[in-house]
Amino acid sequence: MSIQTISTGRRAKDTIVRGLVYLAFAIAVVPLVSVVYLVIKNGAERFDLEFLLHSMRNIGARDAGGGAYHAILGTLEQVALASLMSVPIGILTAIYLVEYGGNGRLANAIRFFVDVMTGIPSVVAGLFILAFWVLYLGQSFSGFAGALALAVLMMPTVVRSAEEMLKLVPSDLREASYALGVPRWRTIVKVVLPTAFTGIITGVMLAVARVTGETAPLLLTVFFTDSINADPFSGPQMGLPLYVFDQAGRPNDTAIDRAWAGALTLILIVMLLNLAARLIARWRSPATGR
Amino acid sequence: MAKQIQVSGLDAYYGSNKAIEDISMTIEPRSVTAFIGPSGCGKSTFLRTLNRMHEVIPGARVEGKVMLDADDLYAPGVDPVSVRRTIGMVFQRPNPFPTMSIYENVAAGLRLNGRISKARADEIVERSLKGANLWNEVKDRLNKPGAGLSGGQQQRLCIARAIAVQPQVLLMDEPCSALDPISTLAIEDLIAELKDEFTIVIVTHNMQQAARVSDRTAFFNLAAQGQPGKLVEMDETTNMFTNPSEKATEDYITGRFG
Ligand SMILES: Nc1ncnc2c1ncn2[C@@H]1O[C@H](COP(=O)(O)OP(=O)(O)O)[C@@H](O)[C@H]1O
Ligand SMILES: [Mg+2]
Repeated sequence: MSIQTISTGRRAKDTIVRGLVYLAFAIAVVPLVSVVYLVIKNGAERFDLEFLLHSMRNIGARDAGGGAYHAILGTLEQVALASLMSVPIGILTAIYLVEYGGNGRLANAIRFFVDVMTGIPSVVAGLFILAFWVLYLGQSFSGFAGALALAVLMMPTVVRSAEEMLKLVPSDLREASYALGVPRWRTIVKVVLPTAFTGIITGVMLAVARVTGETAPLLLTVFFTDSINADPFSGPQMGLPLYVFDQAGRPNDTAIDRAWAGALTLILIVMLLNLAARLIARWRSPATGR
Repeated sequence: MAKQIQVSGLDAYYGSNKAIEDISMTIEPRSVTAFIGPSGCGKSTFLRTLNRMHEVIPGARVEGKVMLDADDLYAPGVDPVSVRRTIGMVFQRPNPFPTMSIYENVAAGLRLNGRISKARADEIVERSLKGANLWNEVKDRLNKPGAGLSGGQQQRLCIARAIAVQPQVLLMDEPCSALDPISTLAIEDLIAELKDEFTIVIVTHNMQQAARVSDRTAFFNLAAQGQPGKLVEMDETTNMFTNPSEKATEDYITGRFG
């Protein structure tokens, strides 16, 4: 056997496949870039302090001005409440599945239902809360009702991603902890969860990002308002996706501009939340600082 | 500090599969006992029955008796957590906690089991790291992650972590098999020092290592694949390596199988 140079055929194949990979990447990026570009370009028109600090109260159908403060506030409150409900339950469920349930019947049943929940269309989650919370229990439309619907949507994502992350924690570490005479629950709290922390945060952020832009469940649960309502537990609230939906449906340019600015705000909020999560994750993982 | 372990008629199962059968032996305090034998004969399994780590695996169970001086480790009502505090363990692969610094790793056993003062923790960390011959190498970077050390240093860190909770017995499952020769030597020296204070049991694949570090050696074997492992014989290491009483032991030690 002698050492050979790379044949022309192989070189050509390499070039072709490389080209295809770049092409596929470009095609995948085109919609993303064009959406971001359009939203920034059209949203910049009205993305100003007035927009961020004012509601739509007393702004007539054709008036310029007005803003999304009431919607931003509503979205932040609804997503925060939804996270407060779904993240602890989701993580505890994942802990049960990985640390206690194993392959038992209950654990597999939970996995099955979580998978089914993942596939629930968001409008169905909204309908469920409408039927259960508003119609059956007789509660009013409110930011909290919206948060309930969002929590239903977030929960399965949190469970599944946290489960995957907990499974990645090597059993070596659990055993090392047991061998030091540390009880199981403390091992989970002090060793397993911190080790999986970064991954769990990422999963939670994905879930948050997913529900922040949901419109349909809000439509059925928080109702609708043009005024500021800071109390998520009583009375109709607004949400940013709902705001965009509403403004975009109006015929005049001033409303369309507001819709674009709303969309830009929504994207920025999700980005900021992601950034915050990354910072938290970096701050919490000393193992990278050699 | 160090205590004697007496095992009688011990069987260990994985589900319905019996991994080791009818093992009886006495492990003397303040000495090093080596377990040798071909792969799969149940050395690790037996070692893990000694501090009730075996039952951590789903479906795994143990029958028989293990006495630590006068305490029956498998008596009903005995808390396995307290057994593991008394009998520490070092694993084959170094496994420092990745989210913790060197200092936190050593202090982990104390801190995870309750509050202790900073001064007391400092003292124990220093003593344990010195005990594991690691202090001089890490004293200037105690707050750096434990995972940033070399393999041999990580293993000594794990030993420091294990002795920090002041166990009576230290179990080591092939602690050098993932290490280079220099690190191996460092650990062997350490074992020789630690035996003044602890009862040490070490599983090893390396005959020279067993001969170098241990006072007594136990040879395990299995009759055939799929059969449970058994204790063939146990004796002073010097006797075992010069004139073993069983043919199988001699064959294994001289490298004719295993
Ligand atoms: N976690 C486990 N689950 C099921 N069987 C196991 C497990 N660990 C070990 N065994 C079985 O137990 C027997 C003894 O294994 P082990 O104690 O690891 O042997 P050694 O340490 O001497 O190489 C082997 O047949 C092995 O397949
Ligand atoms: Mg083994």
